[in-house]
Amino acid sequence: MGIMRSSLVAIALTALAAPALAQEEAPTPPSQHWSFQGPFGSLDLASAQRGFQVYSEVCSVCHSLEYLHYRDLRGIGLSADQIKAIAASVTVPQGLDDNGDPKEGPATPADQFKVPYPLPNPLQIGVTHTNEKADRAAHNGALPPDLTLIVNARENGPNYVYAVLTGYADAPASFKLMEGMNYNKFFPGHQIAMPQPLHDDQVTYADGTKATVEQMSHDVVTFLAWAANPEMVQRKQMGWRWVLFFLVMAGLTYAVKRKVWADVH
Amino acid sequence: MAEAHKSEFSNPLVNWIDTRLPIFTMMQKEYGTFPTPKNFNYFWNFGALATVSLVIMIVTGIFLAMNYQPNAQLAFDSVQHIMRDVNYGWLIRYIHQNGASMFFITVYIHIFRGMYYGSYKSPRELLWMLGVVILLLMMATAFMGYVLPWGQMSYWGATVITNLFSAFPIVGKPIVTFLWGGYSVSNPTLNRFFSLHYLLPFVLVGVVFLHVAALHVVGSNNPLGIDVKSPQDTVPFHPYYTVKDSVGLCVFFLVYAILVFFAPNFLGDVNNFIPANPLQTPADIVPEWYLLPYYAILRSVPNKLLGVCMMFGSILILFVLPWLDTSKVRSARFRPIYRQIIWVWLAAVIVLGVCGAHKPEGIWVVLARIGTLYYFLHFLVILPILGKLERPLPLPESISRPVIVGGGPMPSGATAKPMEKA
Ligand code: HEC
Ligand code: HEM
Repeated sequence: MGIMRSSLVAIALTALAAPALAQEEAPTPPSQHWSFQGPFGSLDLASAQRGFQVYSEVCSVCHSLEYLHYRDLRGIGLSADQIKAIAASVTVPQGLDDNGDPKEGPATPADQFKVPYPLPNPLQIGVTHTNEKADRAAHNGALPPDLTLIVNARENGPNYVYAVLTGYADAPASFKLMEGMNYNKFFPGHQIAMPQPLHDDQVTYADGTKATVEQMSHDVVTFLAWAANPEMVQRKQMGWRWVLFFLVMAGLTYAVKRKVWADVH
Repeated sequence: MAEAHKSEFSNPLVNWIDTRLPIFTMMQKEYGTFPTPKNFNYFWNFGALATVSLVIMIVTGIFLAMNYQPNAQLAFDSVQHIMRDVNYGWLIRYIHQNGASMFFITVYIHIFRGMYYGSYKSPRELLWMLGVVILLLMMATAFMGYVLPWGQMSYWGATVITNLFSAFPIVGKPIVTFLWGGYSVSNPTLNRFFSLHYLLPFVLVGVVFLHVAALHVVGSNNPLGIDVKSPQDTVPFHPYYTVKDSVGLCVFFLVYAILVFFAPNFLGDVNNFIPANPLQTPADIVPEWYLLPYYAILRSVPNKLLGVCMMFGSILILFVLPWLDTSKVRSARFRPIYRQIIWVWLAAVIVLGVCGAHKPEGIWVVLARIGTLYYFLHFLVILPILGKLERPLPLPESISRPVIVGGGPMPSGATAKPMEKA
């Protein structure tokens, strides 16, 4: 037993040492309350729709949502007609016209979200995308990442993205901020190329919600969490059914097992 | 007509087939009436669970492969296509992704069961060694599968692991170039990994078949670690163990479902949501959890070549475990010291796993070195010596007539009860 205890101590020691390492990075983002959290979590559709508005009016200038199609917006509760109208308001390239010149026209629900700058493919090593150059130049050498998966692509994603969006501040006097960079409390290294994207009352919400920086950040993160995991609501609903099914089956088979084994000594 | 096999089955069709190809007789013999020790505890579920895992991986994998594109330009996008546009694609992918974890946890418990009850000892050495082959094949398969979604961790994990071979003098560099099919991990690497990832699971099926065939020759071990002496010691596999395995299977599926539906990315790495980028190295490159202990061993050794050898050695050493353990007694139940140090060994493996998840700095290096040292000490020093020094407790006479310390027959089944978690 003594030996078992000492091995447990070893494990405990290992666990204790963990926080020491995390400290050198940016501070842990404070936890917000999210509608989509936890096994019962669902999606706050109104918030996701407001978040879509924030994305469209603010973030989409710089950030793409490569993996979304307009039709996907059904997932945040928009109707077919609303989606048609949203798509139609966007002009996208549509191949070549009869003279062989590039043609543009309104998007349809089946189209992918319009990309602000055609994104460079990181796999095409050595092939410098003309737009990548322009793009990097416009943002101090940093590229605005695609946001479709951003909430999954960061540790503690929803809280982190919220913290970055609300974490802009004046740099402390001692901090050496590079030309054109911005100070952010939660971005690792505190220097971010993205200028503060959100300011109070930057958008006007149709439902009358006051557009504070916090509110818009919360909404856009809810939207982005949906964009990253569009299957989430269906997945959890299905999950409950399967979990209950296996619980019942486990109980039943256990009862049968007891019966079958009753005569074995 | 030569002397045909005479089938006992009454169904005429079954009888007709069975007379010509006695597969029904075989199933009946191997899974129906197969005499099985009656004192198994629930640890004996894990072999069946591992088999089920393998089948699930193959089925979901084949469906993934219908929509996956093994091309460096398309792979990441095709996985997103599976997740978003393919009907229930997200479900198939999450089952496959988390299935790898379920497969490994199952097999790890299965292996630990073997170590605790001495299942690797004579006459089951070959059965055990086939098991180690299965573990190696699983690791290769999972490693290559993890490369397929072509995220940052896929790419850099593949780079780090394939680069290990460069530690070997002279042949090292050419081997790495050969593995890559080029001068870095790139499209040819992805292509061949996909091809092998599709192939190896079927090789696994073959080795699993041999593993089970060997088991059915020598018979199962049991929690007492003593041989079956008479028919009273056994029950037919069906219905006794089919129903007991079913209980375990339900619990297994319950845990599996919780992972897939409520925490599908819990065991994953956030960096794999970023497409592979050869120009940007992630802050720390870590493998999936099931490979962490080996990774910690690798990184705990300052010399690269030695590190690589110790990492592979940590698994290869399992091949000779039947001969390193010099004790004749199988079950830890009758080995008062082994019964304790086997837990210390497990703790060392867990500590190594935790170390593997952290950058090799400060306390993590120290802990990883202690863990590595202990891991090898256990096999190379403690086990050979312990078998000679330890005084085992008296063994029961048989499974159905156990004898406790001081002798005297007990009411049958008395010692089988405490382990029986049912
Ligand atoms: C003026 C262009 C611009 C706008 C508008 C903009 N961003 Fe950014 N964003 C950037 C750039 C450039 C970066 C890269 C920053 C870096 O790596 O230093 C970035 C990075 C980010 C990141 C990643 C931070 C990380 O951890 O790497 C997130 C999240 C983000 N933006 C969210 C948003 C959201 C949400 C909006 C809309 C509210 C928005 N951005 C609007 C330019 C922009
Ligand atoms: C021993 C059985 C198997 C194991 C342990 C295994 C393991 C894995 C792992 C760990 C991944 C990465 C999952 C992720 O992080 O996204 C993966 C992906 C993949 N596997 Fe397998 N696999 C097995 C069998 C198969 C089989 C038989 C096929 C059939 C072709 C297959 C096809 C695929 C495909 C297409 C992917 C890429 C899609 C994805 O990443 O989800 N797998 N596998």
